[in-house]
Amino acid sequence: MQVILEQQAKERIASVIARYFDRKAQDGRLFINLGVGIPTMVANYVTNPHIYIQAENGMLGVGCAAPEGQMDHDLINAGRTCITETPGCSYMDSAASFGMIRGGHVDATVIGAFEVDQKGNIANWIIPNGKQLGVGGAMDLVTGAREVVIAMQHSSKNGKAKLVKQCSLPITGIGEADMVVSEYAVFVFEGGKLVLKEIAPEISVDELRGITEAEFELSPDLHSM
Amino acid sequence: MYGEKYRSIEDAIARVKPGSRIMVGSFGLAGYPEELIEALAASGTGDLTIISNDLGAPGIGLGKLLTNNQIRSLIGTYYNWNPEVAVAYNEGRISVKLVPQGTFAEAVRAAGVGIPAFFTPTGAGTELATGKETKEFAGRACVLEESIHADVALIKAYKADELGNLVYYKTARNFNPVMAMAADTVIAEVEEIVPTGSLNPECIVTPHIYVDVLTMRKS
Repeated sequence: MQVILEQQAKERIASVIARYFDRKAQDGRLFINLGVGIPTMVANYVTNPHIYIQAENGMLGVGCAAPEGQMDHDLINAGRTCITETPGCSYMDSAASFGMIRGGHVDATVIGAFEVDQKGNIANWIIPNGKQLGVGGAMDLVTGAREVVIAMQHSSKNGKAKLVKQCSLPITGIGEADMVVSEYAVFVFEGGKLVLKEIAPEISVDELRGITEAEFELSPDLHSM
Repeated sequence: MYGEKYRSIEDAIARVKPGSRIMVGSFGLAGYPEELIEALAASGTGDLTIISNDLGAPGIGLGKLLTNNQIRSLIGTYYNWNPEVAVAYNEGRISVKLVPQGTFAEAVRAAGVGIPAFFTPTGAGTELATGKETKEFAGRACVLEESIHADVALIKAYKADELGNLVYYKTARNFNPVMAMAADTVIAEVEEIVPTGSLNPECIVTPHIYVDVLTMRKS
């Protein structure tokens, strides 16, 4: 097993998800919501012009990050980054924005997670250490978006598996995860089971099992990432 | 010259009494009524319940009210941008009620449109649904959420006409339009007040029926 450095890991995760969306958007328009961190980087890699980005603080048609000198602090995404408009973009109030999400109009959300378990439960809103106090739109997004794509590094900073048998942290949503993309693998949830679809060239299946606590099956068309 | 609803920032904020439930539009530091909050902080009015998405940053925006010990309780969604909130909560100085952001927005909207409570799938089976009624609809667990109403809403809009019709600017819109419907007294801080009839009726987001007091930023 070959170690993948953090920055390379993040870029790979973002580019793999972007590739997935580019392919999906070939069938028509695709509306996606991107969380903070690696998910935001997905926007840098998508190339299909039929992909529209929604920000839950009230915008459809989010453009790239605002360049230095052109920042408008009343034009931000949910991570409070100054962004830009795209032609045809629109603004809405927060109730309408979450209505768009909860109502199933947003095709996919990409979010990070502390833990995902083999039943598709997601824990990504709080580590109960007394320092955090906030849920934001995490629960609404995992419940409302049609597809939930988890973008996360395979192991935590102290080397613990993040794909686990059962979440130990407070959950954000029950069985809501549809896909998990890490620097080493792409998994999907199919028929209530975790299935390995793609694997990185730096690692073998046995080595992957060694760093993954969750049990998973191999897809018949398992291929290299 | 600015219409019957116009008051100075100070006169407007004098309507906030100690112990009130105050709703404030904002998402981080975008779209919050900065000068009304400055005046509220200066007034020292205390024992407040603040209903807002977040609480700005330490000592900045809504964060100033916490630094000044003017807050008794918070209802909102995300306080990680202001770590002083967790500290005050852990020390027992304030109570905090966390609500998922979409549920929060909808609960405010519901109060404004006369719906006392609603079922939503968001949060079902999580810690935030503890103690709330859960019921299945079409095979999906849903949580009963009550609407959120306030005594006073402090909102930020871009422009008003003299009647109090409001338009907003980009993502500074956020929670402001729903909060404008959900309080007994609605005070709007705007950047410009234009003659009635000069806003395009197709573009008015908040009709003037909802607005009680208009104030204008000095800067």
